[in-house]
Amino acid sequence: MRTTFTQLENFGHSLYAPSYLIQPKSADEIYSAFKLAKKQGLTVTARGAGRSYNDAALNGGGIVLDMSAMNQILDWQPATGVVRCEPGVTLEMLWQKVEPQGWWPPVVSGTMKTTLGGCLGANIHGKNNFKMGTIGEHVTEFTAVLPTGAEITCSPKKNKDLFYAMIGGYGMLGIFTSVTMQMKRIHSGLVTVDAWPVQNLSRQLASLQDGAPKYDYIVGWLDGIAGGKSLGRGQIHAARYVHEGEDPNPQETMKIKNQILPPRIFGVFPKGLLHYFMSPFMNNFGTWGINTAKYIASLRTHTFRQPHAAFHFLLDYVPDWELSYGKTGLIQYQSFMPKETAETAWTEMLKFSHKNRLPSYLGVTKRHRPDPFLLTHAVDGFSLAMDFKVTDANRKRLAAMLQEFDQIVIANGGRFYFAKNSETSADTALAFYGEETVKKFKKLKKRCDPNGLLESDLHRRIFG
Amino acid sequence: MSDLTKPAPATPLNTRRRGIIVGASEGIGAALARKLAKEGYTLALLARQQDKLNLLCAEINQFTGEARAFAYPHDVANYKEVPALLQRIVADLGGLDVFVFMAGVNYPPGGIDKYNFENDRIMIEINLIGAMAWLSPVAEMFQNAKAGQIVGIGSVAGDRGRVGNPGYNTSKGAVAIYLEALRNRLTRHGVNVLTVKPGFVKTEMLKAAQGGTPFAIEPEKAADDIYKAMKKRKQTMYTHFIWTYIMLIIRHIPSFIFRRLSF
Repeated sequence: MRTTFTQLENFGHSLYAPSYLIQPKSADEIYSAFKLAKKQGLTVTARGAGRSYNDAALNGGGIVLDMSAMNQILDWQPATGVVRCEPGVTLEMLWQKVEPQGWWPPVVSGTMKTTLGGCLGANIHGKNNFKMGTIGEHVTEFTAVLPTGAEITCSPKKNKDLFYAMIGGYGMLGIFTSVTMQMKRIHSGLVTVDAWPVQNLSRQLASLQDGAPKYDYIVGWLDGIAGGKSLGRGQIHAARYVHEGEDPNPQETMKIKNQILPPRIFGVFPKGLLHYFMSPFMNNFGTWGINTAKYIASLRTHTFRQPHAAFHFLLDYVPDWELSYGKTGLIQYQSFMPKETAETAWTEMLKFSHKNRLPSYLGVTKRHRPDPFLLTHAVDGFSLAMDFKVTDANRKRLAAMLQEFDQIVIANGGRFYFAKNSETSADTALAFYGEETVKKFKKLKKRCDPNGLLESDLHRRIFG
Repeated sequence: MSDLTKPAPATPLNTRRRGIIVGASEGIGAALARKLAKEGYTLALLARQQDKLNLLCAEINQFTGEARAFAYPHDVANYKEVPALLQRIVADLGGLDVFVFMAGVNYPPGGIDKYNFENDRIMIEINLIGAMAWLSPVAEMFQNAKAGQIVGIGSVAGDRGRVGNPGYNTSKGAVAIYLEALRNRLTRHGVNVLTVKPGFVKTEMLKAAQGGTPFAIEPEKAADDIYKAMKKRKQTMYTHFIWTYIMLIIRHIPSFIFRRLSF
């Protein structure tokens, strides 16, 4: 087992942590890493694709298990749509395996680069959270190695407490070694998308709420810069599956080559270079220009068909887009608010960000429903994700503003999601999880990991 | 509700750079510890005297209101202990951005016609081999991480071999050469190596100096200068600044004259 000392970064390039990197290839090797850690007095964290915006896959000065070598699809049943994968399998590998045979992962993130282990650890949601819930709700079984060396199998019936705690447990109880999931049947490689503008936050949220029951997916873009009467304006994209028979040639549209995003714009311009052209606009004025142009373009209500991959994996449309935020990177602040308080809370937050001249350059809204997992981030309401550029000059002001945001979110019964937020403190985490939940989680942690070997920078931050 | 036994977590908006200072209990090391802590660093402070270290940590944590300084008693001559201790500190701090080696001793032989091998040996063991024992694993770590900053302490005394203290001159001259070699190795990996060459600084060590002590500065002034040079990622710096010019002249005094001088 080779150990390399290396510097790891988060996805936003705003945090870095040197670690001893080990690439296990089996459950036995994961256990060996635990033994090594115990001997050396170090801690261990699993890392999938490193796509978290925060410190979830970092363990400064400790051991990090790079799970990307455990990336085999172990079993695929095209008749029933049940797939069993190793944790390093990415959503990209998964959809490319199942889609040509008429299946699609029931829940996907905005990028296809994430691994299943990471997706389960964070219990990710997609643009269909209001309908299909989180990814964990489609897992029928998983296996994991605990720091004690025990190999366990969990399902909604077997080891139920661990099933609902390890999914969404950010890898703090054990390391996944296999995941069994049910795929969703599709009858075309395309989805039908409706797009329409929304003039302000109130209409944005009403559109999400009223639109959700009529669609399979719904997502809003929120212009973080527009103020006054236009505060919270944007555009809604809502999509439906194409029903059986609607697509005359599903075999063709479900081919991978008809799904993947073209690497060049107009067939000539390589998209890999696009982020260089975006970076001059990554300031308050440039983004105001872009957002205004984008909003004007969105005023036309229209309907179109789009491949699944193009609709879902918007973040992959511009490769390395996060680099356009420059050397000091970006952070994302995502809050989940109950439907009753969302408008008040976000109005206050958006106004506050304008007053501080620290507007968000990208806002994304979604509709959500609660789920049964222990460390859940879900609410019956909405989420708003805001990207902020980090610079050496704005760090202190931005930090102070986000602390204010945290208070607004907590006061209005909101929650946070730890694949995203990087500033949330232990006190805030305790406040929204509730003492009962944290106590329960710590008790399970003691049982699975009596020596406290599993620790990430995230764990140290939110659970002290 | 901040836990004072563990360093506070680093976040993108509160980056909390992490540093190690070897030789932090007094003099420039202690002054630099106070300075870096004020600038937001989380620090591991190393020296032989645990009680002095504890006092310094308590003082720093008191005025910053956070757990920013942690004491690790260590004897620089205990070379074998270094790799494991380094690993432990990096795990405790959650990473490492800056490594500072400030430990040093000065035992003048007590006259330009006196010789004392035992003292010379101790100076080499602490000032040179002690530095190498730390700098070598730290350099390897930073090289692999492709980031980091090393601050080593030479001296104006290391620029020429002089009549007063051959052993000290050798230890400081050699450590400057070692730092230069590391710089040439590491710059291509994105690591900065800063060689600090203090003139006279009002510390315990100054009491050993014979003769006059022109341009003597307070350790706090030296620490401020070093911090500025660190921020600019400089290669070599003198403190007080005037030594840059004095040493420029002294370095160029031809041997047939230098042999006849008595300083």
